[in-house]
Amino acid sequence: MGVTVHFPRNQTCCGQPAYTTGFPEEARKVAAAQLDLFPEDWPIIVPSGSCGGMLKHHWPKLFKDDAVLQAKADSLAERTVEFTDYVVNVLGLQLPAGGKPTKVALHTSCSARREMGTLDIGRAALGRLPGVELVIHDHESECCGFGGTFSVKHPDISSAMASDKLESIRKTGCDALVSADCGCLLNLNGSLAKRRDTLRGEHIATFIRSRMDASTEGTA
Amino acid sequence: MNLQDHDKRARSAIFSRLRGASAGKPVETPDVAAYFRERAQPAAGESRRERFMRNASNWRAEIVECGEAEWPARLADVIARKNLQRIAVGRNTSIGWTLSAMLPAERLFWYEQDLAEVKAELFNHIDAGITTTIGGVAETGSLLLWPTPAEPRTLSLIPPLHIALLFEDQIHETLFDAMREHQWAQRMPTNLLLVTGPSKTADIQRMLVYGAHGPKELVILLVSRKAQEAAL
Amino acid sequence: MNAPVVIERPGPATPKTAGAPGGAHREVHARPEDFKQRSHESVNDPHLRSSFRGAMDFLIERRAVHFSDLVAFETLRKLGEQVRQHALSKLPELLDQLEAKLTELGVHVHWAETPEDANRIFLDIAQRHEAKLMVKGKSMVSEEIELNHVMADHGIECLETDMGEYILQLDGDRPSHIIMPAIHKTKQDVAEIFHEHIAGAPLTDDVNELIGIGRKALREKFGAAKIGVSGVNFMVAETGSIVLVENEGNGRLCTSVPDVHIAITGLEKVIDKLEHVVPLYALLPKSATGQAVTTYLNVITGPRREGERDGPREMHLVLLDNGRTQAYREERFRATLQCIRCGACMNHCPVYTRVGGLSYGTTYPGPIGSIISPHLVGLKSTRDLPTASSLCGACGEVCPVKIPIPEMLMKLREAGRHSITQSMTPPTQALVGQGEVRAISEAMAWRGWRVLYSHAFLYRLFAWFAPRLRWLTPAWQGGWTKSRTPLKPAPKSLRDMMADRDKRRR
Repeated sequence: MGVTVHFPRNQTCCGQPAYTTGFPEEARKVAAAQLDLFPEDWPIIVPSGSCGGMLKHHWPKLFKDDAVLQAKADSLAERTVEFTDYVVNVLGLQLPAGGKPTKVALHTSCSARREMGTLDIGRAALGRLPGVELVIHDHESECCGFGGTFSVKHPDISSAMASDKLESIRKTGCDALVSADCGCLLNLNGSLAKRRDTLRGEHIATFIRSRMDASTEGTA
Repeated sequence: MNLQDHDKRARSAIFSRLRGASAGKPVETPDVAAYFRERAQPAAGESRRERFMRNASNWRAEIVECGEAEWPARLADVIARKNLQRIAVGRNTSIGWTLSAMLPAERLFWYEQDLAEVKAELFNHIDAGITTTIGGVAETGSLLLWPTPAEPRTLSLIPPLHIALLFEDQIHETLFDAMREHQWAQRMPTNLLLVTGPSKTADIQRMLVYGAHGPKELVILLVSRKAQEAAL
Repeated sequence: MNAPVVIERPGPATPKTAGAPGGAHREVHARPEDFKQRSHESVNDPHLRSSFRGAMDFLIERRAVHFSDLVAFETLRKLGEQVRQHALSKLPELLDQLEAKLTELGVHVHWAETPEDANRIFLDIAQRHEAKLMVKGKSMVSEEIELNHVMADHGIECLETDMGEYILQLDGDRPSHIIMPAIHKTKQDVAEIFHEHIAGAPLTDDVNELIGIGRKALREKFGAAKIGVSGVNFMVAETGSIVLVENEGNGRLCTSVPDVHIAITGLEKVIDKLEHVVPLYALLPKSATGQAVTTYLNVITGPRREGERDGPREMHLVLLDNGRTQAYREERFRATLQCIRCGACMNHCPVYTRVGGLSYGTTYPGPIGSIISPHLVGLKSTRDLPTASSLCGACGEVCPVKIPIPEMLMKLREAGRHSITQSMTPPTQALVGQGEVRAISEAMAWRGWRVLYSHAFLYRLFAWFAPRLRWLTPAWQGGWTKSRTPLKPAPKSLRDMMADRDKRRR
């Protein structure tokens, strides 16, 4: 698609797990160590909506007491774009007609849907993939139960949420499950495997890639 | 320590905590009038009267339309149709005079004593209470009640049926309009009520039941004071 | 000056036998400390799960009808937020003004720092009037102070008159939702409860008949009680009015029929102007039950005046602190007090929907409860409540006064795990239980995490080893593996893949 991807090797984690668990000072140190990794004025594409939300909305808050660091965090926040958003709205993703008919269920991460608007974007992305039919599952907007450390601190509740989510996704008869959030996918796929279900959630990037590959094979 | 001292001590401790807190950013006084000016206006094609009637009916109020001259006759119809034997009403009100001309004395209960003296009667032997209103609210189909010594607040509350007299020209679009036009803030009565439909509950399995504690039915005599409509 | 005292707050949670009328005695033992145990039981109770899911879906749908225009909703709730924030921004002045206005009207205003204070006030009034029976309209604050139990201990019956609350009181049970207290009861449950506790009540599960039975039984009590108790939805400083919002009419009866009316509420419920009621009333019933309007909006301004035939001759207002000034003191928690108690956050909460209101063991359950309760009873006993959220944000999205609930939950998580000196953003004064939730193991784990993730060299080393040692991953990983397969590093890390790509390109 004509884009060069740079991957600063020294990046680690956005710090969300510590931040949301009540250890913002630890998250701040982790974030601080990465403030200089993206010096060029390029967009920062995040393949997980909730990590994107952390960079965009919470990093600036972590450096309120330090003008220099805050300016850096603000610059990062400004340039942060969620992957699907970039692919749809900047690159103008559009595949040629004639893709294999596939029913897809889309799960959006809650924080990303609310902080990054990924529901509309995710739907738009799937709409650009001919042959792909979006199936809406019951209680679509409800959380999958991940919530970072919530899944470990309250496993019973988290499991009940994951299991309800998967039931309603399964009820759609979908061929594929797609999400733009690695956290949700970790949770959903771990639960699917434990249930001995053969369905696996795919990252939307992977899904788009496989549709692209299939369409170039088709035209070749 | 007696209660008053306790109160005083608690009060001063509470206020010292509140006043000790940082004030925070000042917040502008909300402009409710601006909100109502700027929000979407009611759809054209429906009069305020129609809107009131639609909303009030949705809340299960029964509306009896009548002209200024004929409301006593319509009221008599309601009394006959619902077979109301004993009716509570305020003395020296337009309704009181009308009813005393219409019904034998033993069927009227003049609410003019202290509630304590008439509690048993009011709770157990009255079929309906009739009151005036000071207006209505079209947006929600609500009645505005302003109880007075002549029409105590329990008159619209304890009997199983509440009949209310509402003049069409006293219907406001919104509660806010009513509040502003009547300038309530300057002269609040002991009790001011917005009543929308009969009493109800959905506390058992979310099933809607009317007549939880208040009236089971609400009848609104909607009186048009325009001469031409009275002639209809 | 900051009051240096930390209020002793033994809390209302002293377990007691419910002194329910009609002889029902069941051990009621709800404590926030038991949240994990109770939520475990609840998620495994299919009846509870389906009844809550059904009720919450119903309420969500009904609310959505009124707020389908999101722009209009946002405009209205911004106004609602502003009304509440404006009131809180001048809370001491408004309380002063309210008190003066009420006193002028002849209302006795009482101040209570603790539930004990509040109960003492009730008891004193009851004893002065030799009252043996109080009828009470729905009031969450009266639940907060355990009024019924305390009065029962002194031989005074405090009878719930809201149908849902009445059912629960007869059964010695507690509300599981602040707006629909008895949603966990079926009509068959109610049939049994009425038949058992109300003399002469036939056994029927016809809901119309059941309400009729309750109506009749309670009407006798309204007539007999010397004291009527109510909560308060809003208090208007400008006019000294108390505003009550209800459908059933029991609130009107409690505040009109008995000779004495005692209203109790939290001191945060005051608003400045009468017209500020309008936006809040436009938001409250729609958010709560999806009704555009309730049957009654009852505005009470003082006791019975000269010449009037009904209404209380004596009126009291009890203003309770019970930790509210702590939330007020810290600006970051002040928004907690914006709440108008609609319950929308509960209805939309995936956690509440699965565990039900009783699991929380607090007066206020659900998301709003999880941010209020720590101020009422301390961070320590409520340690599991702020963490019982996936921070999905549904609560904040529907809140009619825009309380940033998820953000507050995170801040409470932090406050529990950091003493003032450990905190990155220390409060002006320690919260009750500040830092008492801190576990060394957890703090150390995050420190280790931070060291690893903030040193690129260490992290790259880790990322090199992880895929290569993935066979060492334990099969049991605490709560995670309860319903999921263990987490394993990918066979090849992203950075390895990126390195391969770069090599190929070179």
